[in-house]
Amino acid sequence: MRKVTLAVAALAALAGSLALAPEAQAQARQWQTVRIATEGAYAPWNFTVAGGRLDGFEIDLANDLCRRMNVRCEVIAQDWDGIIPALVAGKYDAIMAGMNITDRRLETINFSRPYAGGPHGFATLKSSPLARVAGAGTIVPMGEAAASRAAIDALRTALRGRTIGVQVSTTNANFVNEFFKDVATIREYKTTEEHDLDLINGRVDAIYAAHTALVATMENAQFRDMTLVGPGFRGGLLGRGVAVGLRKTDPELQALFDKAITEALADGTISRLSVKWFKTDIAAPQS
Amino acid sequence: MDLGFLWEAVQRIVPGVPVTLQLAFLSVFLGLWLALALAIMRLSRILPLDWLARVYVFVFRGTPLLIQVFLIYYAAPQIPGIRSTWAWIYLREPYWCALLALTLNTAAYASEIIRGGLLSVPRGQVEAGRACGMSGLLLFRRVTAPIALRQALPGYANELILMVKATSLASVITLMEITGLAHKMISETFRAIEVFIVAGAIYLLLNFVITRLVAALEWRLSPHLRRVPHAPPSIDALR
Repeated sequence: MRKVTLAVAALAALAGSLALAPEAQAQARQWQTVRIATEGAYAPWNFTVAGGRLDGFEIDLANDLCRRMNVRCEVIAQDWDGIIPALVAGKYDAIMAGMNITDRRLETINFSRPYAGGPHGFATLKSSPLARVAGAGTIVPMGEAAASRAAIDALRTALRGRTIGVQVSTTNANFVNEFFKDVATIREYKTTEEHDLDLINGRVDAIYAAHTALVATMENAQFRDMTLVGPGFRGGLLGRGVAVGLRKTDPELQALFDKAITEALADGTISRLSVKWFKTDIAAPQS
Repeated sequence: MDLGFLWEAVQRIVPGVPVTLQLAFLSVFLGLWLALALAIMRLSRILPLDWLARVYVFVFRGTPLLIQVFLIYYAAPQIPGIRSTWAWIYLREPYWCALLALTLNTAAYASEIIRGGLLSVPRGQVEAGRACGMSGLLLFRRVTAPIALRQALPGYANELILMVKATSLASVITLMEITGLAHKMISETFRAIEVFIVAGAIYLLLNFVITRLVAALEWRLSPHLRRVPHAPPSIDALR
């Protein structure tokens, strides 16, 4: 089966490179199986349980969307730092890995409409002096320059000379590098799980990630000393919401995903899955 | 292929060369002393020391370096109380964790190379040294060590090259050496082929220089293997 899909993909690529008429291309790409890559290390969005099985919000959502698109789904795990090049290389057809829409990524790939959002923020240890920074529980939209500037300045003062952990090549890394590079040491990790461990091990003073991921980590007994600190941030260079990443050459697959996500947002499926996995509704706005 | 992008990749990855070379040479240098101690333990004919060295070599040769790096980096901080000791000053930093893992690992391999070199010294040479009245350290310095070094050199050059490449594993604990910088650039530009080609070419260049240096050293240490340049027969010899 895998060989067949590979052959189909190869043929499609060949057809594309030969620049056949658009009708011929559309005929060559009747989607029956869609291979979706996820990171498998970003609980509760997507993670790997004992035995190597993938689970999480995006696994449930992928299965739901594929049912709506009437295609067979194969969800596979792929390291975050190679996830876009491997999509472009045709190892799979879509990415659902908590990936935000950004201009930089849009230069290389396309995105479906967003299916989820949610704030990003810092976490530290309860015993750390950083834990006293105010603003927890509030949300600062990055679009509002004055408010975000004030919140960031307070954090810059608190984090001066400290070490911040963040996952490589994420909107979180962009955020931290943009506003804290000149006052703090920034260490970039391959997975969020690794910076979580280094926070409780005392190698970094704070980590910056999506609140959903931080809250899920804090539920583990090992991480009970961890706490959110400062306000949550959203929008701006943190991206325009989490969406399905797709090759630029697959507009018909993008149309399928857009339609399925619109339906799943409208009938409340995404809100339900969000509450199930995040205890809070971070479904993207319907319009 | 986009030459402009290749050049950009070179400029972004070359700053990782000092970290790579530091890790490789420092770990090989520190590992050499540990390896020497291990080799002497193996050859000491003192059973507990011999076995201690055997177990050490078995463990560090028998497990992947990647796992040793992870263990030292992520498991060491979990040792109760370690964070209030002086060791934490070093173990807190990814650099020293990587250096420690590389040093312990290379020591295991190098001790076997050194042991092989020492065993290859012909008994007759040692006896000849003794006959000349040398013993102990003097005998070791003048006879055993030079011969053993010459025998061990090709194997040791191998180890040095392997270590230059092994430093790439330091990137998994956030160290920004050649591979770390390459990964970072790929995840930002999404162009894997060009970046990996540049990173590979840099390793190739480093190892080319290292192999040339070792070859020069080998040539210097083995004059007995070179053909003696013979002078043209002179008229005097024919008289």
